[in-house]
Amino acid sequence: MEFWITQTFNGVSYGALLFLLAGGLSIIFGMMRIVNMTHGSYYLLGGYVGLTVIWKTGNFVLAILAGALTIALVGLGEYNAFLRRLGGQELGQVLTTMGFALIFQDLGLVIWGGDPYTIPAPAALSGSYQIGELFFPVYRVFIVAVAAAVAVILWVVLEQTRVGAMIRATVDDAEMARGVGINVPLISMGVFALGAFLAAVGGVVAGGFVGVYPGADFEILPYAFVVVIVGGMGSLKGAVIGSLMVGLLDNFGKAFFPELSYFTLFAPMAAILAIRPTGLFGRA
Amino acid sequence: MLPRHRVIGLGIMLLLLLVAPPFLSSFLLTLLTQALIYGILAMSLDLILGYTGLASLGHAAYLGLGAYSVGVLTTRHGANFWVTLAVGLLLAAVVAAVFGLVALRATGVYFLMITLALGMVIWGLAHRWVSMTQGDIGISGVPRPDLGLPWSLAKGIPFYYFSLAGFLLALWVLWVVVRSPFGQSLVGIRESESRMRTLGYHVWLHKYIGFIIAGTVGGFSGVLWGYYNGFVSPADVELATSVEILLMVALGGRATLLGPALGAGVIVLLKNLVSVYTHRWLLILGAVYIGTIVYAPEGIVGAVRQFAKGVKPEPLRSKA
Repeated sequence: MEFWITQTFNGVSYGALLFLLAGGLSIIFGMMRIVNMTHGSYYLLGGYVGLTVIWKTGNFVLAILAGALTIALVGLGEYNAFLRRLGGQELGQVLTTMGFALIFQDLGLVIWGGDPYTIPAPAALSGSYQIGELFFPVYRVFIVAVAAAVAVILWVVLEQTRVGAMIRATVDDAEMARGVGINVPLISMGVFALGAFLAAVGGVVAGGFVGVYPGADFEILPYAFVVVIVGGMGSLKGAVIGSLMVGLLDNFGKAFFPELSYFTLFAPMAAILAIRPTGLFGRA
Repeated sequence: MLPRHRVIGLGIMLLLLLVAPPFLSSFLLTLLTQALIYGILAMSLDLILGYTGLASLGHAAYLGLGAYSVGVLTTRHGANFWVTLAVGLLLAAVVAAVFGLVALRATGVYFLMITLALGMVIWGLAHRWVSMTQGDIGISGVPRPDLGLPWSLAKGIPFYYFSLAGFLLALWVLWVVVRSPFGQSLVGIRESESRMRTLGYHVWLHKYIGFIIAGTVGGFSGVLWGYYNGFVSPADVELATSVEILLMVALGGRATLLGPALGAGVIVLLKNLVSVYTHRWLLILGAVYIGTIVYAPEGIVGAVRQFAKGVKPEPLRSKA
């Protein structure tokens, strides 16, 4: 029983981290159909910027904000200079964003070196909650709380506000949205920046959990993609459920079948896609 | 048949590939061998990417299947070349047949994403199925094949000619496929799937067969790669490798077969030569990715064709 609770908790907290990447990625996919190989780099660079801010100021909240805002600007620049013009050209998008991912990877090496770092968590977030025999690290609970807050905010914005309605309209049919007077290019730009912002938040938060190290970008990227395709592109609900599924499958797969752990993650995903090619909640 | 100037051009290229080895340093010779093997892989991807219009983000899987067949069978069972070749090709074909069933239900971005997930399945096995693949350590000590020829393939020059023969064989097979009515219907599907369907073609089956042929030829390149490298590791099947194959095809020029082979040569040479001079080769490789899309969206072959026609290359298409 303890094993199940602990493993489930670990799976959920990793799923929460994935949601921070995949939530934005999913809306970007749904809206612009951009295959963004740089999304993992936003996560890694966000973590690095957060690390530097922590070193300089010691302020964790500032680290999250600075990391996220810096990366949102980076994403905005990349989108405006290149990706905006590559609409509908999947190959062009993959190769361009892969180019940026390699450049960012190298910049990370130049600026922060090849050593792994951990972002020190503030005292309030260290230690564990104890319930009976079980220990729950506060930091992991914090990650779940952050992801849940982001999910609720995104949901409220998407479903309850005028801007959200514009975003949903653009996801459904960009041409019609433009026709009824929605500023689609501006909305797209905002959503792309938001996706980069959230990925960087994930990166800083992950810095106190799995650490910041070269290669983290390409380690997490396939996971984020899998969440998005399984959940369905453009679906917030799909991103939430997909993140939890991937987090749990990854954790239990590693616990039960260490030799086949990635297989137990990606094979069920492929099976779901065989039945529903557009993902659980996606529309073609 | 081909126009005369192209026959002459191809003849000169072939002649250069045939006579060059004795004049090259052993370093350049290994790079050229590597370029030929990656050339096969890039050409195999071109069949589905260039001719059929399906961008696969998991093509490194087939390189891995061929290479791991060689690694496991030679080091553990002492299998000879023909056995590993048969197993490698069969394995790649079977996996492509299974993956094709899943992936070909989707098109466009979805196809790209599903092939990525499927490629990760193979990567995951290579990475974690330690008892079979030795995980991240990889399988080392793969011997060069012994074909009973008077020349030992352990030496650089004989192995180069061996790879060249494999390259020409793969080129011939793929050339026959794309020139056949079947290959023409693949191009038709790329141009307009709905029209081909209306004309009564079984679109799905055409794509499926193309997908399996591409995977099998990819597996062939993997068999050569395993023998060439003497070492197989999960790096051969990772996502970055799959994207690199896409780059080779795009850089050379889609739907030209030899273009992607040329692209493979450029990337292999660039990666290895630049890394000799600078540690910043990732930066340069990244710039090549972006530069290809911005300046040569139709690849090297496309740019040369446009130059020959005296047309200015079109700048990056703007789609507001």
